[in-house]
Amino acid sequence: MSTIDAQQVVKNFGQLTAVNNVSFTVEPGEFFALLGPNGAGKTSIIRMIYGFSPLSGGRLEIFGQDIRDDWRKIRLRLGVCQQENTLDPDLTVVQNLQLYSRYFEMDKATAGKRAEELLDFFALTGKREAKVGELSGGLARRLQIARALMAEPELLILDEPTAGLDPQSRHQVWDRLRALKKRGLTMVLTTHYMDEAENLCDRLVILDRGRIVTEGQPRDLIKKYAGESVIEIEGPSEELRKYVRENGVESDDLGERLIIYAEPRGELESRIREDFCMESCRYRAGNLEDVFLRLTGRELRE
Amino acid sequence: MSWADLSNISLRFRHVWFRNLITYRRIWKVNFMVPLLEPGFYILAFGLGFSGLIGRVSYAGMQLEYTAFMAPALVATACMWNSFFETTYASFVRMYYQKTFDGILGTPVSVEEIIVAEIVWAASKAAAAVTVMLAVLIPIGYANFPGALLCIPLAFLGGLAFGSIGMFFTGMIPSIDMFNLPIFLFITPMFLFSGTFFPVSGIPDWAGIFSLVFPLYHLVELTRFLCIGAMESNPVSNLIYLLLFIMVFGYLALGAMKRRLIK
Repeated sequence: MSTIDAQQVVKNFGQLTAVNNVSFTVEPGEFFALLGPNGAGKTSIIRMIYGFSPLSGGRLEIFGQDIRDDWRKIRLRLGVCQQENTLDPDLTVVQNLQLYSRYFEMDKATAGKRAEELLDFFALTGKREAKVGELSGGLARRLQIARALMAEPELLILDEPTAGLDPQSRHQVWDRLRALKKRGLTMVLTTHYMDEAENLCDRLVILDRGRIVTEGQPRDLIKKYAGESVIEIEGPSEELRKYVRENGVESDDLGERLIIYAEPRGELESRIREDFCMESCRYRAGNLEDVFLRLTGRELRE
Repeated sequence: MSWADLSNISLRFRHVWFRNLITYRRIWKVNFMVPLLEPGFYILAFGLGFSGLIGRVSYAGMQLEYTAFMAPALVATACMWNSFFETTYASFVRMYYQKTFDGILGTPVSVEEIIVAEIVWAASKAAAAVTVMLAVLIPIGYANFPGALLCIPLAFLGGLAFGSIGMFFTGMIPSIDMFNLPIFLFITPMFLFSGTFFPVSGIPDWAGIFSLVFPLYHLVELTRFLCIGAMESNPVSNLIYLLLFIMVFGYLALGAMKRRLIK
């Protein structure tokens, strides 16, 4: 049985269709990501998964139970870390954790023990008695993830868990998420950061305008849509443009910049290196950001 | 259009009530100063300044000192202010600025339970404030002992009424500044014209009818009855009015807040 089974899920807001016939599954133990530009429908999907937003159409089963009927049973088994800071600013770090355990009706002794474990795991023990309103962004975010884990969920939902964090804090969060994955926790993540998804996730979908554009493992997607080797050429010459056109080379022409998707150490790469790259060429490995931009386009959203 | 689903309400709401309690515990010392001192200020002001001008008030066939007439109404208005402010400004801050409700909606608590908890919390605060006021009013002889102690459960009931309508406004208004409107158009006239500062029986009938619509009038009447044993209306109809008011506005509040929170 899949942990999440979404079939033709639809979410309308008035005239706007935010999520349009989206189907996917998440298997136990998987780290699954929803990627997409702003307004792609990531958060809407997340909110339907934890039963915050009602579905406009389709079927959504979590742990084999329908979210419409069994939302309370489902929420007892999952942890949610929302995009916004929803911590209680007037309470201390440890009070935030204890209070949360009440909503799940955990017994006090278990909750106390669990809180201490999580403080330790997220390196928050030193801040145990600190007011949450006084915590830095990185600490608050770690606490919010810790809080989502209080009731020992089988599924953890993370809506942009590292948005707005500095690189140190982001890596702190990543380390913790990797450790949780090792313990077999199923996780669903939304993010704008492609390196985050590439680093952490087993499988992902890319959404655009409410639809799934592609689905797969990060490495396969890179291979398929970006190629393993990418050449970026600043101010490409007309000759190069002509060569690319005539030979049907996989490329994106951005005007000032030409991006060529190639095989590593392949014929195409050496040809370009020898004939066209006098100075302004950059060779790098293909990444998820290439895939993302190729599939969802480069124009601004919203 | 989403209406409240009453089947989503269980005793789990008490956890959200408890959340408000432990958050409030940090600031209760300051907050308890208000009900402790407020009746003193009013009684001093009206007793020293006003009663010389007015003399006695005839109410329910009795001749009362002005301060004796007014003191029970202070208990009822404190109940109103406490509960109404709680489900308007305080709930709005929790809902909009602190995202507290969003956080709770990631747990096995329903939106209906959150709203019930907010209203019950407002009523609890009103009852607590009235308890403190009685601790002042009973010793100085403005409320009968032990009968006036029934004002505490009554304040809880009144708190449910004002908490419900406050919550309804919170579900409807676009921004926190707009609370001025219900306060100016509803709370202030109610505060003045509910038999608080003068008996409703003393004003023309057409004006008195407006007073009967205000829930505060019914609460003031019941409070006065419990504090000094006199009233000019029927306690049973007062109670029925308050209960109906709670049911109607409680239900409307649940629907309005659900529409506001759930997208």
